[in-house]
Amino acid sequence: MKNLLEHMGVEPDRIHFSWISSAESTKFVSVVNEISAKVKALGPNQHFIKQEAKGAQP
Amino acid sequence: MTGYTDKIREIAKRLLQSCQVEMVIGFRQGSVPMMSEPCMVRRPEDVDQLMWDSHCGINLANYLTDRKEKIAVFAKGCDSRNMVTHIVENKIKREQLVIVGVPCQGMIDKRKVAEMATAEIVSVRELNSKIEVKTTAGEESIAKAEVLQSNCRVCRHRNPVIFDEMVAEPVAEQADVDPYSDVRAIEAMTPDEKWKYFDDLLAPCLRCYACRNACPLCYCPTCFVDEAKPQWVGKGQDPVDIRTFHFLRAYHCAGRCTDCGACARACPVGIDMRAFTKKLNKDCFDLYGWEAGMSLETRPALDVFKANDPGEFIK
Repeated sequence: MKNLLEHMGVEPDRIHFSWISSAESTKFVSVVNEISAKVKALGPNQHFIKQEAKGAQP
Repeated sequence: MTGYTDKIREIAKRLLQSCQVEMVIGFRQGSVPMMSEPCMVRRPEDVDQLMWDSHCGINLANYLTDRKEKIAVFAKGCDSRNMVTHIVENKIKREQLVIVGVPCQGMIDKRKVAEMATAEIVSVRELNSKIEVKTTAGEESIAKAEVLQSNCRVCRHRNPVIFDEMVAEPVAEQADVDPYSDVRAIEAMTPDEKWKYFDDLLAPCLRCYACRNACPLCYCPTCFVDEAKPQWVGKGQDPVDIRTFHFLRAYHCAGRCTDCGACARACPVGIDMRAFTKKLNKDCFDLYGWEAGMSLETRPALDVFKANDPGEFIK
């Protein structure tokens, strides 16, 4: 999934996969922090926005 | 390849006369040049319709889905691999099929011929490695190698992988081709360039779904694009919906696509959507050493779990 998304131009840091057990709360926190930091660094997504939604953007 | 026709008729006649099969699936002359069309023959006296040339690019595995009768079918290398996939996926039983292997030397891309011709094409005749094109302006001769379909050009499985009998001796396989050079060219781009590349590629798409209909892998009774409850993807011409359709279609073919080129061949606006499926083919080959439809014994790559499956993408 990740490979083809990246192949067609979605930034590598925008999509993440992880396997976290319900007992791994610390892993959950660190993964979520890491993902949100990486996605924030990329800024808002410019792709996969429909034409009509684009018009509504400020 | 034109010499196969007599042998094809002879085999079809024998199989029908001896009642080994109820139907033969092959090709007959189409009504316009360079469009040989699939043809189902049920009576021995009708076998003379059958023929073979370099325009038989349609994948005949597509016509086998959920058939109940005994069928003889002519199979190029790619067709035979899709037949293996059909058998593995329980869409037809091996015992129902008499597969007649046709060694293939590549199919002609009618668009390339039309581009090279100076006027409207009236008829096309094949002579060994040349094709004689008769146009409204006169006659021209084109080397077949120049107008091969792009997937045939890099094909490494020209001979059928599964067959009950062969029409002719196997042809030499192309060993020195690099099937994935175009995928690597895209891989080398930046994300923005990639996005632009696929935007340009899909810009003419009409959402006619000819690619899906021509594909032997697409046999779902209701395709995800036709479903309304739930609606998986928007049905309009929005570029995002077009891209989502092509992306998901490619995913449904992951680990199953044989790069037969039926999708690109069927496209009325000439999109080469193999750019999506080929990436998945390459990944399947690189990650699992898997090529679709090569054997009836091994389970498909996405069908099995192994402890050493690569998992770098998952944290």
